[in-house]
Amino acid sequence: MRKGYFGDFGGCFVPESLVPPLQELEAAMAKFLPDPQFQAELSDLLCNYAGRETPLTFCPTLSKRLGLNLYLKREDLLHTGAHKVNNTLGQALLAKRMGKTSLLAETGAGMHGVATAAAAARLGLTCRIFMGADDVIRQAANVRRMKLLGTEVIAVESGTRTLKDAINAALREWVVTQKTTHYCFGTAAGPHPFPLLVRDFQCVIGRETRQQMLDRTGRLPDAVVACVGGGSNAIGMFHPFVDDPSVRIIGVEAGGTGEPGCYHSAALGRGTPGVLHGEYTMLLQDRNGQIEPSHSVSAGLDYPGVGPEHAMLQATKRAEYHPVIDRQALAAFQALCHEEGIIPALESSHALAWVLDNPGQFAKGANVVVNLSGRGDKDMDIIRKELGI
Amino acid sequence: MMLIPFMTAGFPTVETFWKNLKELDENGADIIEIGVPFSDPVADGPVIEAASMKALENGVTLESILEGLRQRKGQFKAKLVLMGYLNPFLQYGFERLAKESQEIGIYGFIIPDLPLDEDAPYRKQLSACGIHLIALVAPNTSLERMKAYAEVATGYVYVISVLGITGVRSEFPPDLSDTLRRARKAFRIPLALGFGFSSPEQLDAIPVADRPDAIIFGSALIRHISAGLPVADFMRRWVGKV
Repeated sequence: MRKGYFGDFGGCFVPESLVPPLQELEAAMAKFLPDPQFQAELSDLLCNYAGRETPLTFCPTLSKRLGLNLYLKREDLLHTGAHKVNNTLGQALLAKRMGKTSLLAETGAGMHGVATAAAAARLGLTCRIFMGADDVIRQAANVRRMKLLGTEVIAVESGTRTLKDAINAALREWVVTQKTTHYCFGTAAGPHPFPLLVRDFQCVIGRETRQQMLDRTGRLPDAVVACVGGGSNAIGMFHPFVDDPSVRIIGVEAGGTGEPGCYHSAALGRGTPGVLHGEYTMLLQDRNGQIEPSHSVSAGLDYPGVGPEHAMLQATKRAEYHPVIDRQALAAFQALCHEEGIIPALESSHALAWVLDNPGQFAKGANVVVNLSGRGDKDMDIIRKELGI
Repeated sequence: MMLIPFMTAGFPTVETFWKNLKELDENGADIIEIGVPFSDPVADGPVIEAASMKALENGVTLESILEGLRQRKGQFKAKLVLMGYLNPFLQYGFERLAKESQEIGIYGFIIPDLPLDEDAPYRKQLSACGIHLIALVAPNTSLERMKAYAEVATGYVYVISVLGITGVRSEFPPDLSDTLRRARKAFRIPLALGFGFSSPEQLDAIPVADRPDAIIFGSALIRHISAGLPVADFMRRWVGKV
């Protein structure tokens, strides 16, 4: 396999001025990640600061209704409210080892921004977060949390004023600040080595799930399910099961409103291959190669590309990817609140929705794990608007 | 010294762009870099980004740019270079693009998000059609890496003056001479300095021995065009001054 590639996908399509800091990062990964001291420090932060290991929760009511055994991997219980902190603590620690004094990041829903801000505060790094101007408005609570954590939030007014434009702005800033700053990329996408780096830090999700299922049921799960925007929570869950052919791997993308011709975020299901943000991957684009706006009721899935490893898993048919529309996700959100007493993030509600709406896809009594990647507190304004609650 | 203006195709309007292209050619441009607009121009500052967005709104596509150039084939003294991000080129079909560019007489391509480590297949296809893939080097490009570029680079070298994005700057960074010296040592082809030029006086800050063979200006020209001023006036500030 070519360096930095997952099958045909991945690579490092960046301006020359970003090649040296990416090479520096790659060298630092090789040097520090295998270091037992580094791993011990990270493990301590994950356990005693972020709250690992996270529980694997059996859902009695929904399981009965569906005729299968539904388990949730509870990343929503982590500090800052989502799986993002697995990655930001790892990258912040690595940045310290590299002698960097600042973190820089993009954020969509704001969860990666908050997790980066917390990691920076905890480890004594300064932090600047780029966020699309529209996201700043629709995720105002997270903007306040980032500011409380001592981070500067920069609203990006260009383009579609969402995550993709925040990434453009962050990449531009990194060209200028690379000497002192580590770009704490939020998802398992972007130029090499970010897809590998983020996956490595997120794989703790799948590793724990694997052991928890073995302990609880004596065997591997029949299926693991996760929502896919850029795809970091999903690859963290999927990667440790890739070599287990008995485990069905299911990614769920945001299908938008479901109206004909609506904007959506299903880059794998309905996209075509191309280059954006440093990687060759599946993209939402027009026939001229211009990137199309994406849409989802959940800001965290609202991205026109996807991580290269997912593109490969789809191409090799090791994983399957399905769309779920806004309405289905909102129904699953309500079901989990009512039936199991858990308020999930709208992103994670997509993964759950696919299972709730397709029980016939599984054998009776199958063990199905849904990665509950985040909690829904951040979505209250959207819920109020969509459900009138 | 050679003058290399950059102008986004289809900006501010499709008609004005073609008129300006002719005017640049008649007023001292040695090479003209034609910007192919892209929705997500990560290496560009606000001026060129806004020009790209305007051009896309005007309905400009790679196809329409090539068609316009085909109609005007042989009308330009200056060498023409297409500058744009990889994805629109990729979607057009790179091999087809290389062949059609050869027919039209395109001199070279500049693809800012295609560094050395990824460029081999594309360089090969362009070179088979006699078209240069212009190398870009920056202040953080080591001598060793410049030498690796030099082994494959043809045409000219785009030397980026600062670690930053495109845009006008009042002064150059102190390490500019170092960057130019490294590039001179590594390359045997002309060096073109870009990112930040707005007036000929800026060259005075660079020791004579280190000065490049060409200068590229983009954002300053785009701003000039945005103000509704004739490009001939802009070129007059430079011709004979450098």
